Amino acid sequence: MAAERDPPPAGSVGHADLREVEDGEDLFVSTASTLESSPSSPEPASLPVEDVGPSSNGPKPAEILLDDDQEDLFAEATEEVSLDSPEREPILSDGPSPAITPVTPTALIAPRAEPNVIMVSGMFEQSLDELEEEAAGDSFDIQISVSDPEKVGKPLRAALVRAVSPTSLTVFSRNDFSVKRRFSDFLGLHSKLASKYMHIGYIVPPAPEKSIVGMTKVKVGKEDLSSTEFVEKRRSALERYLMRTVKHPVLLQDPDVLQFLESSELPRAVSTQALSGAGILRMVNRAADAVNRMTIKMNEADVWFEEKQQQFENLDQQLRKLHGSVEALVCHRKELSVNTASFARSAAMLGNSEDHTALSRALSQLAEVEEKIDQLHQEQAYADFYLFSELLGDYVRLITAVKAVFENRMKTWSKWQDAQLMLQKKREAESKLQFTNKPDKLQQAKDEIKEWEAKVQQGERDFEQISKTIRKEVGRFELIKYWEAFLPEAKAIA
Amino acid sequence: MVVSVSEMMDDAPEVSVSGFNLSVSSIKVTEAIKKENSLVFVVGAQEFPSKKQHFVDRKFEDFEWLQQCLLMPDGIPGLQGIIFPPLPAKPCAFQSNTQEKMIKQLGLLGLDDDWKTYCMALEMYLQLVVSHTTLGKNQVLRSFFTQTQGPGGQAGRKGILNRLSQALEEIKKENHQDVDEFFRNERASNSSLVRLTKATTERLIAVVRTQQNIALACGHFSTTLHLGVGPDEDPAAKTFSKLSLKLSEIIIIVKKNFECVAENNLNILGLGLDLVSRYEESEKEMLFRRTCKLVELEQNSKNLEKAKPAKKANMEEIKKASEKEFRHISDIARLEIQKLHRVRVEVFQQCLTSWCEKQLHAARETSSILSQHLRAFKQLDSTE
Repeated sequence: MAAERDPPPAGSVGHADLREVEDGEDLFVSTASTLESSPSSPEPASLPVEDVGPSSNGPKPAEILLDDDQEDLFAEATEEVSLDSPEREPILSDGPSPAITPVTPTALIAPRAEPNVIMVSGMFEQSLDELEEEAAGDSFDIQISVSDPEKVGKPLRAALVRAVSPTSLTVFSRNDFSVKRRFSDFLGLHSKLASKYMHIGYIVPPAPEKSIVGMTKVKVGKEDLSSTEFVEKRRSALERYLMRTVKHPVLLQDPDVLQFLESSELPRAVSTQALSGAGILRMVNRAADAVNRMTIKMNEADVWFEEKQQQFENLDQQLRKLHGSVEALVCHRKELSVNTASFARSAAMLGNSEDHTALSRALSQLAEVEEKIDQLHQEQAYADFYLFSELLGDYVRLITAVKAVFENRMKTWSKWQDAQLMLQKKREAESKLQFTNKPDKLQQAKDEIKEWEAKVQQGERDFEQISKTIRKEVGRFELIKYWEAFLPEAKAIA
Repeated sequence: MVVSVSEMMDDAPEVSVSGFNLSVSSIKVTEAIKKENSLVFVVGAQEFPSKKQHFVDRKFEDFEWLQQCLLMPDGIPGLQGIIFPPLPAKPCAFQSNTQEKMIKQLGLLGLDDDWKTYCMALEMYLQLVVSHTTLGKNQVLRSFFTQTQGPGGQAGRKGILNRLSQALEEIKKENHQDVDEFFRNERASNSSLVRLTKATTERLIAVVRTQQNIALACGHFSTTLHLGVGPDEDPAAKTFSKLSLKLSEIIIIVKKNFECVAENNLNILGLGLDLVSRYEESEKEMLFRRTCKLVELEQNSKNLEKAKPAKKANMEEIKKASEKEFRHISDIARLEIQKLHRVRVEVFQQCLTSWCEKQLHAARETSSILSQHLRAFKQLDSTE
């Protein structure tokens, strides 16, 4: 439940500013019908469309907007369903553009120059540098809402279909659209993203889990409280997942994500079925990973990484505990509401059978009061639930993703080391061959050496890249996490 | 805070127990001390007008004995028509003392860990007994309050067989038609009321237990939040720690609120409901006794009709005697029932009003504290 559920400090309530328009978003002025420009930000129409130039669109109104932004940030009260994601300007650092060919934006974005440009060497990285300054990560006016789950399809194969409706945006061809997606599509998206990005170090937000019990209940059509709760839980989890995904500047540009959000039909993601062969394969992979984890001992040259890992371990534990206790609290609250309801009922019965009229009235009123209390408790329980425990659960899962990323780094390192070893062996072989003077074999050996050298270099580069990426990601993650945690708490107290 | 039952029963705060004047409102059961596997209650009473105080230790068996003694004397006509003030159930042995068992045995009174509620119930019982016009005149009361040596449990054992036979009789005679319209209605309403009040009490127990659980969970939550706090130079982390601390404070307030609410529920509403429900059971017993008498009377009349002339006079005597008894019982029962109705209404009224007041008070306090914290939070928010 990211973002902007702050209660406005001045007490101004309501859906006044649905969104805050950053300076970058001037581009959608024409199409952004749903965007309301906040009064304090400069008129978007006046800002010209700018080319993709490295640093020309420097800080400019960014600074001026800063204070206003913050205010607007707090002045937003969003609806339950849609989540805005205005810029969190001073906090977000730009992620580097993806290593894939950048999609030429149909509407260009004025970059915000962030001082976090990391100096890197090499041709490859140079272009990355430029793209960084393009600030692809800034324009976040995506409003994604996952709504109206419907049951579609044959009874036993029904899946919850969700309408995902993003509005806005740079790299999209249209501005306001809604698509229907099944749950397995979400999982498919996640697995694609994971396979593409995890091993180079990006933290891919984890998708909500499949729950066989819950789904069967829904499929069979049981209309009781637990199944509606389950649907609601899943719906909000998916919404948060999508929001996180699009907030990530790199992931946003990924064609898969775009396709997911835009195209009306997606190929059925087959590999996400819980009990399929692919599932078993995944489990085997996970077991292999676990074994790897135990055997690879990396010499941690970088103190930063070690620290971070330790921090994450601690954080993970804490969050798990917190999550546990919040869940307990929520559970009890629900129980309380049930009990209060039954108490109210029996008080009402007592009131009915009472002869004395005044007492009878008093008892019935007691029953009514208790019912109201019960409703209140229920609401509170749901608020707690949605704000806290889901968020915490998400974070726990996110942390596992982070750990996975760290592990990937280790794997890369080990590959690098292996490559180095191989290179050494080859060199030795070469020198031996030189001794014995066999020309053709020598050539072969030399080729092999070159090959391995290249691999070693590649490995090294990969490793460095992944380390860098991880650093950035972790930085983003931490800040986001704190921010996200803060806001719902404040809202909850209100 | 204790609902002063004595003021409901009679307006006279003092009662003379055959020359032994007791001030009813001074009767207190102050505490329950655990002594070698049994609970000992400290019973205090003050004489009037001499203001001499008596403090005696009484075990539960002594209370039971008192109850039995009250039932025994034959000289008083229609004694059986009296609705006896109800005694709370016996507290179970300590070794196997789990909360589940206590609740099963004692009902609502088992929820309180330090027996305060139970003591209050006992106190009310004594006050009710002493202020009863007929029962209060019993001699044993005097010795109950003054003698340091407990009367002992001679009369305590009813025996299983006895109870079984009583149960069987109850089933036989329960549906016996009554001659009097008044009593018929009364019996019907009584049986339904008994059931309902019991159900309500059970639900209240569930509510209170859940509230206690929530209070515990809040405590856990706040300690876990504390764990997340550590010395961190990172400004974001600092904010996080500050927030966690604040949040945990708030949760502690919530917890206290829940505890308070649960306590109020228990002590006021719960006690009242409990008393009412036990009174209704007592009424049921009384009505049952009357029905037994009625059955006996009818039996005697039948015998009279069937009897041979020689025994007729005898039978007639017996019949007349039982008829007279029956009439006595019915008269007294009528009075008692009316009094009971009145008392019930008053008990409920007092109890509901004081409960509402207490809950309101607690809620207001909590809401003011919470809004203070909210303001502080908002300030923190705007300085971020």
